[in-house]
Amino acid sequence: MPGITGKDQVLSTYADKLSVLDAPKGRSLTQDALRRLTRNKAAVLSIGMLVLIVLVAFIGPYFVPWGYSEVDWSNIRKPPNFEAQHYLGTDQNGRDMLARVLQGTQMSLIVAAVATLVSVFIGVIYGAVAGYFGGRVDAIMMRIVDVMYALPYILFVIILVVMFGRNPVLLFVGIGAIEWLTMARIVRGQTLTLKEREFVEAARASGAKPFTIIMRHIVPNLTGPVVIYATLTIPEIIIAESFLSYLGLGVQEPQTSLGTLISAGAPVAEVMPWLLLAPAVVLVTMLFCLTYVGDGLRDALDPKDR
Amino acid sequence: MLSYAFRRVLSAIPIALIAVTVCFFILRLAPGGPFDGERALPPNVLANLRAHYNLDQPLINQYFIYVWRLLHGDLGPSMVIEGFSVSRLIAIGFPFTLTLALTAFVIATAIGVLAGMFAAVNQNKWPDYVLVLLVMVGVIIPNFLMAALLQLWFGVYLGWFPAGGWVTGSWMHLVLPVTVLAWPHAGRISRLMRGSMIEVLGSNYVRTARAKGLGERIVMARHAIKPALIPVVSYLGPGLSYLLTGSLAVEQVFGLPGIGKYFVTAALNRDYGIVLGTTILYMFIILALNLIVDLVYAWLDPKVRYR
Repeated sequence: MPGITGKDQVLSTYADKLSVLDAPKGRSLTQDALRRLTRNKAAVLSIGMLVLIVLVAFIGPYFVPWGYSEVDWSNIRKPPNFEAQHYLGTDQNGRDMLARVLQGTQMSLIVAAVATLVSVFIGVIYGAVAGYFGGRVDAIMMRIVDVMYALPYILFVIILVVMFGRNPVLLFVGIGAIEWLTMARIVRGQTLTLKEREFVEAARASGAKPFTIIMRHIVPNLTGPVVIYATLTIPEIIIAESFLSYLGLGVQEPQTSLGTLISAGAPVAEVMPWLLLAPAVVLVTMLFCLTYVGDGLRDALDPKDR
Repeated sequence: MLSYAFRRVLSAIPIALIAVTVCFFILRLAPGGPFDGERALPPNVLANLRAHYNLDQPLINQYFIYVWRLLHGDLGPSMVIEGFSVSRLIAIGFPFTLTLALTAFVIATAIGVLAGMFAAVNQNKWPDYVLVLLVMVGVIIPNFLMAALLQLWFGVYLGWFPAGGWVTGSWMHLVLPVTVLAWPHAGRISRLMRGSMIEVLGSNYVRTARAKGLGERIVMARHAIKPALIPVVSYLGPGLSYLLTGSLAVEQVFGLPGIGKYFVTAALNRDYGIVLGTTILYMFIILALNLIVDLVYAWLDPKVRYR
């Protein structure tokens, strides 16, 4: 006899589901965060924009009729001209601006990605080691971070670049090697609380070595703050790179970056505004999107912090 | 309080020494030297030059000579600009940089605090949104790009201000550089002020003050502003050091005669003397600012003192 409330029916479907292991699921932290992120319109729009920029920067050059260092002798210093297929005009050497902007964007993106990875790598390991061992090790390691904080940041980057001899790969590493300081502090703070948790104690009790505990138990639990902070680091790195290039210390010709293009365009912007506007628009759009995504991620992963 | 201050000053000394050491050795480990010109110098001239600047001695001796001179307040000679000591070049360039940074600092702090308060009072209305947008623009657009855009718009198209260069005593030449420097600083301060003001306005003592019938103006002036200023105060130290380093870039873009011009040229020419001297100067300023901020904090909050 079926119950009046229909609870038997509900319970039996539940039992059926359980029998095929299709139990109702709770939402995980990640799912929760994703849901909050997708509700943030600015962040979603920014992610779309960024994906578009990345795709265009890396695939676009194959569809542009001109190479980034190719000189078109019949079109020098010309404004945008669709017939000659110079959609953003040409620079003083007759090179197609669209091709150059795409190449510059690529370069800025690569620098940002590599330098962020470097800074995440150094920062996470350093912070986790300092936080995990604590005591005197921690005191000395964090003192070193304090010392490096006291170094005037941009001067230090300039010194590093001069020292590394303008090699682009070393430039990435140099910028990344500066940006890890804040990451190390954040990671250390998180590690200090994580290491008191039961699972770390269990790992220690079962005889795991400190290095294993750090890599297997502490670092994976740092993902949230590390991702947030890394996203917020990317725009800083892009700015640092473009500033160095602006001073003539960064990426060298014929390769180019958004900073180099802006520094070339700024002095002649009065007569040839397209040389400044195109790279400036791309750079600013990218920085805005990255900031919105970073803020969105922070709000999504850490809703208390609003 | 006094013993805390004493301990704090003492602990800054090893940091300063370590930082000087790090800078010294990083610079010296870099390949190339100040005398690598387009044309190689005759070997005996080079040897004499190197001997004159003590570059022929072992690195460790050079280090001790440098530190010994530094303790006597001597930053050594410039190796590229003949006949100038680093201290003298700093004495020529630094006052300008300091003026620029301090002007921007004062203006930006005042604007930032007022704008933040205004936005907090009008939370989620249009003045708030306008402010958030202005802050975004100021913080995100890199200062060299902002400088280029302002030069183009106000300097060239509108012709209101000179687009660059420097004439002694002309404040018109300072308007654009100060704007570029001050904008992000004002943005960060107003963001801090807005946040803390909103929190303070929602607190119990502000409700009490309103409940006993005080006017909105008196509530703000007497009860809300002071506690809301605390996070802003803690940002002022880092903010000023940020302005001082940012000023290097702005000087470069606008062609102003501050220390920034010497620094970039010196770094490119491997003029160890100037690079090291400027870096050390900045380091000491930043350390001193951090020290002051810590002391002010200890004075505001007794918990810090006894840690």
